[in-house]
Amino acid sequence: MHGRVKIKTTAQQEEEKRKEREKKLKIYVAARDACFSKRNEGIWDDEALQLTQQLLSSNPDFATLWNYRREILMHLETVKDKDEVQKIYEAELSFTESCLKVNPKSYGSWHHRGWVSARLPRPDWARELTLCDRCLSLDDRNFHCWDYRRMVVKMSGVPVDQELAFTDRLIGSNFSNYSSWHYRSTLLPLLHPESPEPPSPCREPPQSSPPPSPQTHSHRVCEEQLLKEYELVQNAFFTDPNDQSAWFYYRWLLGRAEREEMISCVYVNREEERVAVAFSRPVNAQSVGLFLVLDGQPQRVEWRSVHPCFKHSPVWICSLPPGTISDITNERNLTVHWTEKHTHRDCALYTGRTESWCRDSATDQELFRSELSVEKTSVLQSELQSVKQLQELEPLNKWCLLTIILLMRALDPLGYEQEMLAHFRTLKEVDSMRSAYYSDLCSKFMIENTILKMEYAEVRVFSISDKNLTTLCHLDQLLLVTHINLSSNHLQRLPPQFAMLQCLEVLEADNNAIENLEGVYHLPKLEEVLLKNNKISTLADLQPLASCPKLKRLDLRGNPVTQTANVESELAELLPSVTDLLL
Amino acid sequence: MAAEDLPSEFDVVILGTGLAESVVAAACSRVGQRVLHVDRRSYYAANWASFTFNALLTWIQEIQAESLSEEVQDRSSLVEEGEELIYLSGSDSASISNLQVFCYVSEEAEEEEEPANTTEEEEAGAAGEGAAKEPSETESAGSKEEEAGEAAEGDEQAAQEQGEEPEADQPQPSAPPSQSEPTRKKISYTQLVKEGRRFNIDLVSKLMYSRGSLVDLLIKSNVSRYAEFKNVTRILTYRHGSVEQVPCSRADVFASRQLSVVEKRKLMRFLTSCVEETEEHQAYNGRPYLEFLREQQLGDNLQHFLLHSIAMVTEDTLTEVGLASTRHFLRCLGRYGNTPFLFPVYGLGEIPQCFCRMSAVFGGIYCLRHSVSCLIVDKDSNRCKAVIDSRGQRISCSHFVVEDGFVGADRKVATPTRLLSRAVLITDASVLPGDSEQQVSLVTVPPTDGRPAVNMVELSPSTMTCIPGTYLVHLTCQSVGSAYEDLSPVVTRMFCTAECQDQENRPAVLWCLYFNMADGSGVEPEGHDLPSNVYVCSGPDGALGHEHAIKQAESIFLKILPEEEFCPPAPNPEDIIYDGENTSPTSIGEEEEEEGLTAAGGEGEEKQQEQQEEETSLQPEE
Repeated sequence: MHGRVKIKTTAQQEEEKRKEREKKLKIYVAARDACFSKRNEGIWDDEALQLTQQLLSSNPDFATLWNYRREILMHLETVKDKDEVQKIYEAELSFTESCLKVNPKSYGSWHHRGWVSARLPRPDWARELTLCDRCLSLDDRNFHCWDYRRMVVKMSGVPVDQELAFTDRLIGSNFSNYSSWHYRSTLLPLLHPESPEPPSPCREPPQSSPPPSPQTHSHRVCEEQLLKEYELVQNAFFTDPNDQSAWFYYRWLLGRAEREEMISCVYVNREEERVAVAFSRPVNAQSVGLFLVLDGQPQRVEWRSVHPCFKHSPVWICSLPPGTISDITNERNLTVHWTEKHTHRDCALYTGRTESWCRDSATDQELFRSELSVEKTSVLQSELQSVKQLQELEPLNKWCLLTIILLMRALDPLGYEQEMLAHFRTLKEVDSMRSAYYSDLCSKFMIENTILKMEYAEVRVFSISDKNLTTLCHLDQLLLVTHINLSSNHLQRLPPQFAMLQCLEVLEADNNAIENLEGVYHLPKLEEVLLKNNKISTLADLQPLASCPKLKRLDLRGNPVTQTANVESELAELLPSVTDLLL
Repeated sequence: MAAEDLPSEFDVVILGTGLAESVVAAACSRVGQRVLHVDRRSYYAANWASFTFNALLTWIQEIQAESLSEEVQDRSSLVEEGEELIYLSGSDSASISNLQVFCYVSEEAEEEEEPANTTEEEEAGAAGEGAAKEPSETESAGSKEEEAGEAAEGDEQAAQEQGEEPEADQPQPSAPPSQSEPTRKKISYTQLVKEGRRFNIDLVSKLMYSRGSLVDLLIKSNVSRYAEFKNVTRILTYRHGSVEQVPCSRADVFASRQLSVVEKRKLMRFLTSCVEETEEHQAYNGRPYLEFLREQQLGDNLQHFLLHSIAMVTEDTLTEVGLASTRHFLRCLGRYGNTPFLFPVYGLGEIPQCFCRMSAVFGGIYCLRHSVSCLIVDKDSNRCKAVIDSRGQRISCSHFVVEDGFVGADRKVATPTRLLSRAVLITDASVLPGDSEQQVSLVTVPPTDGRPAVNMVELSPSTMTCIPGTYLVHLTCQSVGSAYEDLSPVVTRMFCTAECQDQENRPAVLWCLYFNMADGSGVEPEGHDLPSNVYVCSGPDGALGHEHAIKQAESIFLKILPEEEFCPPAPNPEDIIYDGENTSPTSIGEEEEEEGLTAAGGEGEEKQQEQQEEETSLQPEE
């Protein structure tokens, strides 16, 4: 058409671009080869600086070239005076800056900049901070920049309060930013540490134990500041309840108390001449310096975990030399020392008694409440109120529901049991992708509740039937249980940890989906195993039972294994002690 | 003006350089049409123009002096057989009316500030004088009379000023030295004039919706490379006698101190739910938006924000309209910043000029101070064959586009003339001082007592529209009375207009201008008593965005060239082939944009990025 502007065709443009590219490539390859040969010859001159600069400015991710450049710079440091070095490094800084404009996430450029900044005779940290701020304002999740910034802050000693104000600013402009929230969580304990007053008396464990070590409490924040932080983070999750970062920060604020490291239980059985020790966390007894002293006499014993698959375990057992405690008329005093932690626990085996134990119960330790750190109940209560308020507005928000569950558990795990179960049901519906996770979590909480109930009742019977359990946990807390009822749940296996139930006599697990009995292993007192209507399909699955010497009664009705040919005779061979077999 | 004649043949002749005309010019040139674009005025952009302070004073003078209309010359000698003439109107003076100027600063910069003792007023009657240059007692007396008249009508403000003035004359000298704030540096009128070139004062007040049709067009056509933009940084509203920030983005809501956490949730939830149209929304079709909002149980705070500042509608607007408007607002959020709006650096007058430049780059010929006096119409086909320009040259054309002001009243479809009321204020502080002094704010003032809702835009010096230490404030509303009657109550409520000791510490108005402008939204491009290939562009409308003008330009373009694409992306300058022949438009027009090509590519303005990076291609500065 007449008068129309004529434009090069796409093919023409392509052709031109291709030629351009070829030309560029030629230059690039030539320069690269020149660099490599110079480096091989060990030449560290200005020309090499020029060449690497030329290459790196078009491709800042060429690590070898950065290395070569550093070699040259280190060489120059030895031959130039301080002012010249300063100049050279300042030029380096502006060079890396231009590289970062090409690729703001270039590992090589950021690293080089850090290296240069650290060697600069007179560094200008304020300038570096400004650069970081600019860079973060373009992309507030550039972790290279965050890393570099941390280095700058450390080197230049920026006051903590300024840094906190910096996170205020970033969170204000966009609160979906883990980096800023996390940074905040590291700054607050420095700026507003928890006052060093001792924990309230009611929290003190009944036994005299060493005061909490400073490390375990140093990451806590004073209450006044905490309340401000709760307010801040509430603003975030009320604004956008689907944003995870705020919820994670909130979870951090609520805290996760670290359990005191201790020996939580010592159990001794006269008849079997056996000692079982439970720890507050899984340990490797062979390497933590565990000593057994009997009536003042150190004993050489061999510690073994409850199941060979555990190198670390919260429960360890040992056999005493034969005859040491078998005389029922003697009173025996045991002490187990955990030398690594400078802690120990005594246990007296009185005359006429066949077994004895000494322990802190879960209720004494408030074990399950300490999922949250020690907070005033009133604070938790008001937090629960506001999160519930949000839940009224957003009944289907999973973070909100989860947080409510958490707070309820911290406040009154038994009292809120029904509400908790209802919330779990909603959670599984609204977030069906994670329904298995919620089932496991719910199982955990139900087990905790049952443990509490058992301990309040001061019995050794653990009964948790028909509660939709999908997993077993806290089994170290069940060391003393003699009778367990797991019927009518959704369990698929009795895991190796199940072997921690060292006192177990009766195992009821009817109506589950159990395929695997790995954990029913060397349970010295186990007499009765009821596994009606499960999914045990082969004789091999029953193999672990052979390690339980006292097993007499076994109910396998409704399991596929009963269809095996010669099942009866095979079982008689496998489990000779069983006298009462139901198939 | 070179004595050379213009070429005698064009495809499209356009009279008037307003936004729609300029877009049509760019679009036509872009696809190879020969375009002649003329304007009778000495400046670009017609009523969309931006002026320096001095140029604005000249403009005011011209408006006030606008009586000498050109003599209509008889052009019948140029008419051939079977043709007839349609004479165009010589001026568009009718579009501006009720112009009033007030100056509240002293003439000279004085150390011991003697407060301005006069309220100057320039009226249409006081024509020709250097506007507000010599405040004389007679003039201020005149204004008193004027205000007394208004006071009689119950105008409180006038009464207030009147009451203050005598006081200002005498006892003042004793009071201010003790009271005056040492921090606030007074700016004198002399200073305003001296630094007048640093102002860019828009005749219209609009903002660019970041996903509006103007921004889309700027991006699509690559015209954006000719301009820079700033984010509007906050939305404010006037409520219960004070200015509050409207939380509209996620970050605002999070940071807001006025909202409770529950309100925050409700607001966020409402905004999220608005994005998609639901059946619940449809159920309210035909019922007022306010009713819909009430049903949402949002509370007064949120209801106010949503109705007046986010949807920017009135209480009786229908739900579907309110929701559509809310949606538009939300879609525009976050594209360039925390508000939905952009503002062009150096003022809105830049935008029509950018399109003119694009037209010139593609061969359009430009003449200012050059008009078309009449059209030559073929009687048989009732089509415009040619135009006769103001110098009597006959120029044939296939299409003629004209600004509605130049169309004689006898040829226009009689539409009730609607007016916009405008006020332009130069103030010394922001209506809501914040962390930064460089805020660009939209302030929504809801309707009260039968007075219409007012949109107020406060520009900081960062937009290059005013000098440091001042703010440029634009007020716009649909007229009920004169601009002064409509807007001065808002001005007196929110600002300090006389040199009084105001305890509330409101920003002081240094200088202000009131005028009414015809509302272009009522003018149709067709249907007038005009040949079928003549298209009328309306002037600025009262809406906040530019949709009206852009839509109009596109529809005119599609009528002229139904087969062609509207403003396809301009090629990169290096891809244009120059083969010597017929490519570079020789400099005929006196105002031709010769630098067009170099500016397009030479500087390689980073603003223009790849297609896929559309989000940043219209990159706001900073």
